[in-house]
Amino acid sequence: MTERRHTSSHYEKELQEIKDGLIYLGALTEQAIEKAIRSLLERDSDLAKKVIESDCVIDNKDIELEDRCIRLLALRQPAARDLRFITTSIKIVGHLERIGDMAVNIAEKAIILNELPQLKPYIDLPRMAELTRAMIHESLDALIKGDIALAEEVRKKEETVDYLNDQIFRELLTFMLEDTRTIHRAVIIMQISKNLERIADHAKGVADMVIYMVTGKSVRHMPECGA
Amino acid sequence: METYDFDTNIVIARSVNFFYGSFRALTDINVGFERNKVTALIGPSGCGKSTLLRLLNRMNDLIDGARVEGEILFEGKDIYAPNVDPVDIRRKIGMVFQKPNPFPKSIFSNITYGPKLSGNCSNLELDALVEQSLKAAALWDEVKDILGKSAMTLSGGQQQRLCIARALAMKPDVLLMDEPTSALDPISTAKIEELIDELKRTYTIIIVTHNMQQAARVSDYTGFFYLGKLIEFNRTEKIFTNPDVRQTEDYITGRFG
Repeated sequence: MTERRHTSSHYEKELQEIKDGLIYLGALTEQAIEKAIRSLLERDSDLAKKVIESDCVIDNKDIELEDRCIRLLALRQPAARDLRFITTSIKIVGHLERIGDMAVNIAEKAIILNELPQLKPYIDLPRMAELTRAMIHESLDALIKGDIALAEEVRKKEETVDYLNDQIFRELLTFMLEDTRTIHRAVIIMQISKNLERIADHAKGVADMVIYMVTGKSVRHMPECGA
Repeated sequence: METYDFDTNIVIARSVNFFYGSFRALTDINVGFERNKVTALIGPSGCGKSTLLRLLNRMNDLIDGARVEGEILFEGKDIYAPNVDPVDIRRKIGMVFQKPNPFPKSIFSNITYGPKLSGNCSNLELDALVEQSLKAAALWDEVKDILGKSAMTLSGGQQQRLCIARALAMKPDVLLMDEPTSALDPISTAKIEELIDELKRTYTIIIVTHNMQQAARVSDYTGFFYLGKLIEFNRTEKIFTNPDVRQTEDYITGRFG
């Protein structure tokens, strides 16, 4: 959607900086997920440690972006679309920061699993990871383009991730029932799967906020609690 | 086209066009002003918002070559009908202007000037009216001991509240305000805004303002004007969070001109 520029070019620039910051933060979280899963697949604990260490970059960006948003609220008294963009950004930043934390959780679990014999080939986990990474990417793409259709697609993908999580759970259950010695590893894999599932929830949260930003209508908690 | 009923709307403009000579200042304005609500009219300079405000109590009668088409109904009656006395209309629809303009008389006389002209009140009644009006304008406590002093000795903010008190002394139904705080400092502005919130219990208020935050703070409804047209009229909350019309959005977010 083409948008007219603000009369104040400085204000325009400040809004653009927040957009750029969100994209950058999104890219950081995508990388974190990708590396965390790769550290598991390639049994590379050094890579996992890097994910854990670089979370502070995400945290700092989270604080910086929130500051920028609050400053604009105070100084520019934004209205309508701008107001929705800024308040939405504050929430999106929160979602992305949490995603970063979950990538750290996955990296920590990978380090433990890498010390143990591999329970099974990882097939669904990388699929989930790729889906959630794409969800983050697309939801931020939808934000920049104001593309509701794309945001809706992201929301649908969350169901697929849920399905994969359930499937992993069922599969691991059979391992644990057959051989109790697998329980430790199976539970850790489940935790990784659960973290990915939560990441998908947060990515859906971002998509929800994009829809709110564009339309002014809230789709959060729908259809579960929707009117 | 939306229809406005007289039960909820005290003033209704119907298909109003207004011309200054050959220049068309307002085009097909249809709007209703709800009783005991504050309606803000916003828009860039020259958009017609003040013109409409002045039409509502026939202030534009004084301009040569001005011509009104359509109807402006107050309590269901067209205020531009031939048998209507504009003075009578202005008594019921009072006005407060951009710059405080008290008479160069005492504070007391500023309030009593209008009521004295328009009828016979006893001195006792006038005393009560002064107190009542000044209290309603939140000025009584500041001036009750200096009622005989010249109104010109008051601060700008006090003068503006005096002008509001003066308008209220005529016991109007509607109060028109044309940028009432644009010449005032933030504290005086806040007092007037607080006052507007109080006054709407008794009066219907229509305010023209260039300060969009003010429109957002004080009004229940907002009308956005552009090039003599009413582009959007809606609940203020709606206008400032999610307006229906792109032009409104561009204006309130500062993407204009």
